[in-house]
Amino acid sequence: MSVRIILLHAGVILALFLMQFLASDYVVLTFTRIMVLAIYALGYNILFGYTGLLSLGHAMFFATGLYGAALGVTRFGLGVPEAMLVAIGLGIIVSTVIGAVSLRASGVAFMIVTLMFSQAAFLTVLYFGDYTRGDEGIVISDEFRRFSLFGLEADLANPVLRYNLALAFLALAVAVTLAVIRSRAGHVLVAIRENESRTAMLGYDTARYKLLAFVLSGAFAAFSGASYALMFAYAGSTLASIQYSIHPLLWTLLGGAATVLGPVLGTALMFLLVDFASGFTSASLLVVGVALILLVLFFPKGILGTLRQRYLPWLP
Amino acid sequence: MSFFPHLLLALLEGTVAAAVLALSALGLSLVFGVMRIVNVAHGEFFMLGAMLAWWIAKMVPGGPLAGFLAALMLAPALVGLLAFATERLLLRRIGYDPEATIVATIGLMFVIQQLALSVFGADAKPVAAPFTYRIAFPWFGFSGYKLFVVAASVALLLGAWWVLARTRFGLIMRVTQFDRETATAFGIPVNQVYAAVFVIGAALVAVSAVLIVPIQQAHYLMGLDPLLMSFIVVIIGGLGSIRGSVLAALIIGLADGVISMFFTPTLASIIATLAVALVLVVRPQGLFGVPAR
Repeated sequence: MSVRIILLHAGVILALFLMQFLASDYVVLTFTRIMVLAIYALGYNILFGYTGLLSLGHAMFFATGLYGAALGVTRFGLGVPEAMLVAIGLGIIVSTVIGAVSLRASGVAFMIVTLMFSQAAFLTVLYFGDYTRGDEGIVISDEFRRFSLFGLEADLANPVLRYNLALAFLALAVAVTLAVIRSRAGHVLVAIRENESRTAMLGYDTARYKLLAFVLSGAFAAFSGASYALMFAYAGSTLASIQYSIHPLLWTLLGGAATVLGPVLGTALMFLLVDFASGFTSASLLVVGVALILLVLFFPKGILGTLRQRYLPWLP
Repeated sequence: MSFFPHLLLALLEGTVAAAVLALSALGLSLVFGVMRIVNVAHGEFFMLGAMLAWWIAKMVPGGPLAGFLAALMLAPALVGLLAFATERLLLRRIGYDPEATIVATIGLMFVIQQLALSVFGADAKPVAAPFTYRIAFPWFGFSGYKLFVVAASVALLLGAWWVLARTRFGLIMRVTQFDRETATAFGIPVNQVYAAVFVIGAALVAVSAVLIVPIQQAHYLMGLDPLLMSFIVVIIGGLGSIRGSVLAALIIGLADGVISMFFTPTLASIIATLAVALVLVVRPQGLFGVPAR
């Protein structure tokens, strides 16, 4: 990996670290949220951007992490670190099963099947309303968010700790993404995107690699969902709805599919745009809808994708 | 009521659901079959049809029947107009690329939903049925209007089949579906066929919305359910196969009616989705679909 790639990504993380000393409390909170959700988009990008598989159902993996963590600490008496691990483990299991079934379909059918599985998961959340509290959602009280790790006491209600933890998670996710896409397997994923039958002809087990990408993105989504539930003390069914399957797609498209930092940039921009727009209209979905249409019409490669094409061919 | 009347009622309700489902899935299936694109805003065309039916029925004087007939004429025409604009300004510009179309129509879905919310408001809107005749069974009365809906759907489905199988326009559509490039080479105006198919698909789903809205109220979020159900029907039936879609609509509508009657609608939807998964494991191309060439 070349030096400037490492410098660029480390620089972004460092800039995010320094930001907390300059920005207001509100901005710090917003960026905590953005960084947690960017992990979701990063994982989605591995599947959509690099492997070329457009899933419309990743909210189910996000929700798996979300409810795994929320129910883990409130109902099953798990500590915060254990709940995180359990939630990610559940995300891996669920995405393996769903991936194995839905990857039998390809193209448009794959998109529709993932959409429907996600809807079934959403309905399941509502069906077990006694446990999940449906629309209203689970509010995790502060006593469940205190934990000690390696002898250090921590409380997730503390905004400084929360920001830096989210930043550490984001850095981890960026590092894993970089490692994956620059590895041999990562090149196979791109080859599948470009021409699946040729890749299969070269002797690669494309079904296995596609499942690998699917499970990786599912694990990222569950990681993001679990972090979201524990850091913001809330898990509700809105976060499992179709909109949350569309969001990572939008963020990835905006920032630039198949660029490592694209999803992070896209998440941040879209989040700030909706935040800004909600100042004078309640119709935040309208902004999302118009953004999707404009992106597809005029900017199909996204911001970093266009930058890479014109000026920065080395951008991963 | 004992078990048998319950079952009869469930089957009747299921038949009504199946008829409307077949009609709304027909539009999606037609668009997918000929144009090879998925219109995610299909459910919003349904919602718009229902909303317009409510609005027109309110505006037109002379009782529910006059309002209903006016809505049956005007709502599909207006929705068709919107579909025409969508096809020209959006789909044609992105070259009917399957993935870009999905993303763009998702955007359109959100836009239509939010505009409907701002214009019509968030409350559910009832529409009076054009007539209120009730058929008296020994155990319960059943709305005659619901049976009219079934008859109307069957008539429209037969009409669509006749157009596709027996007319010149149907032949042109089938040729375009079979091989776009050869059709172009033989002088078929493929672009105009696409526009026509997209408009017809939207108009069909609007008709089904006008038919259903006296039974089920109009609401700005009502589009999602028919969209997902149409997806299920079209996938199980085989993408692009109308015969398969109708059969799948019948199976799913009846099953949905029976399960919803004895359990809960949520469970019915979960089961329907899992049924799709099973079908896909056995036959990835659907029951009547042909594997991609």
